[in-house]
Amino acid sequence: MTTDTHEITLTVNGTTRELRVEPRTLLIHALRDELGYTGPKVGCETTLCGACTVHVDGKPVKSCTMLAVQADGADVTTVEGLGEADELHPLQTAFQEEHGLQCGYCTPGMLLTALSLLEDEPDPTRAEIREALEGNLCRCTGYQNIVDAVETAAARMNAAEGAD
Amino acid sequence: MYPASFEYVAVDSAEEAIDSLAEHGDREVTLLAGGHSLLPMMKSGLASPEVVVDLGGVDALSGIERGDDATRINAMTEYAAVADDEGLWSDNPVVPEAAAAIGDVQVRNVGTVGGNVAHSDPAADLPAAMLAADATIHALGPDGEREIPAADFFQAMFTTALADGELLTAIDVPHLGSDDAAAYVKKASPSSGYALVGVAVVLETDGEEIADARVAANGAFDHAMALEPVEEELVGGSLDDESLPERAAGRATDDVESYLVLDDEQASSEYRAHLLEVYAERALETAIDRVGDGSNADG
Ligand SMILES: Cc1cc2nc3c(=O)[nH]c(=O)nc-3n(C[C@H](O)[C@H](O)[C@H](O)COP(=O)(O)OP(=O)(O)OC[C@H]3O[C@@H](n4cnc5c(N)ncnc54)[C@H](O)[C@@H]3O)c2cc1C
Ligand code: FES
Ligand code: FES
Repeated sequence: MTTDTHEITLTVNGTTRELRVEPRTLLIHALRDELGYTGPKVGCETTLCGACTVHVDGKPVKSCTMLAVQADGADVTTVEGLGEADELHPLQTAFQEEHGLQCGYCTPGMLLTALSLLEDEPDPTRAEIREALEGNLCRCTGYQNIVDAVETAAARMNAAEGAD
Repeated sequence: MYPASFEYVAVDSAEEAIDSLAEHGDREVTLLAGGHSLLPMMKSGLASPEVVVDLGGVDALSGIERGDDATRINAMTEYAAVADDEGLWSDNPVVPEAAAAIGDVQVRNVGTVGGNVAHSDPAADLPAAMLAADATIHALGPDGEREIPAADFFQAMFTTALADGELLTAIDVPHLGSDDAAAYVKKASPSSGYALVGVAVVLETDGEEIADARVAANGAFDHAMALEPVEEELVGGSLDDESLPERAAGRATDDVESYLVLDDEQASSEYRAHLLEVYAERALETAIDRVGDGSNADG
């Protein structure tokens, strides 16, 4: 069997990175093992849990079910690109304050899916938040606080927008 | 979970894809679209192609083109684009409504219309919608282009009218008239999100009379199928006849041998047959409610 590798370019959180991957390398492994972005998590590996969610060209996708070669040339955003420790994204602050996490394993994926929702719909209803997060499973929180956190973040982001 | 090794070929055009399939025809070769059926199968070992031809770089296979009588959905168009397309919602909502019902946000950002239809998973949502819409499937192969009516396309589990070496390039979805209406309703599997049953309906009306009806189901059988007895019961019926949806839906499995209804760990065939009647009735009621809305449905 061939062990050919392919040279690909990924722009991760604004930084352009070149790497060589086997065709079978999944995007999640390219990000974590080759490039050191350990924000996206490996959960179910079966496209169900959403822990591996990253943005590819601005849209949330499950990176355990995309080949790295398919993402060649793409802009990728991981949770590392969302905020800095001393300057968290409003979603991150809201998850902290509303207890939107316990073990935290689902959180990077939750944040990126929620971010995409708020980009499309800055003022979502609770039902819309639940619908948007359908592909992200959490085994700890029972979801209630996650929905609260997204609602809080939306309200703050809208207030900040209004103040500008 | 890593897929087994394979040779990866990226192509820029549909013609190049056909050539590549032919060139590697002596090996196990497969097309890659969104990969949301193929990669799970490769990761679990259910599929282990030697050559994978990636259509992701073929820009000409992507996008939605609105014509006068039909809208063309190119094969590599993701579900999210279909679910968000206002033109389709007003011209034939059965397709965007089915696309919006697929999986979750992340799946809808990656899975493609062509992949969904070409794969013919019995529990996929788009096949029944394409049957009800009376869509036309465009294929390209070594011998050139051909058109296949949806009614002839889905043949068995994971089996379609596409020949080896052929590519699905686009699907034409005919526009409905202003008095027509459509709906897609689904009972999703609580674990996978796929359709336990899904029912697609298109009704053509003339005043209060149902002039024509196309009703199709996925999830229930080994492939998406028209529910002909339901259609027969509807045609000539009146929109004012309140018992019509239940009466017509009650015939959903009339012509079908009971062993043909899928039976698995998620639902027995008896339960599925029951779900099929319930969801057929809901789909009919929804479509009938929408007659006269003009825009058929709200997105
Ligand atoms: C978690 C999860 C939930 C899902 N839920 C649903 C659901 O609710 N409803 C639903 O309908 N689907 C669901 N799916 C399946 C998903 O819709 C797949 O995207 C779809 O079945 C295949 O489309 P694809 O573009 O991903 O194709 P791929 O996986 O890339 O390809 C599938 C097959 O079709 C062939 N193929 C692809 N494109 C073409 C083409 N243009 N011409 C000829 N052959 C082609 C490939 O060679 C391959 O054999 C789900 C998937 C996942 C992972
Ligand atoms: S690890 Fe990708 S969806 Fe669970
Ligand atoms: S916080 Fe533990 S899985 Fe969500």
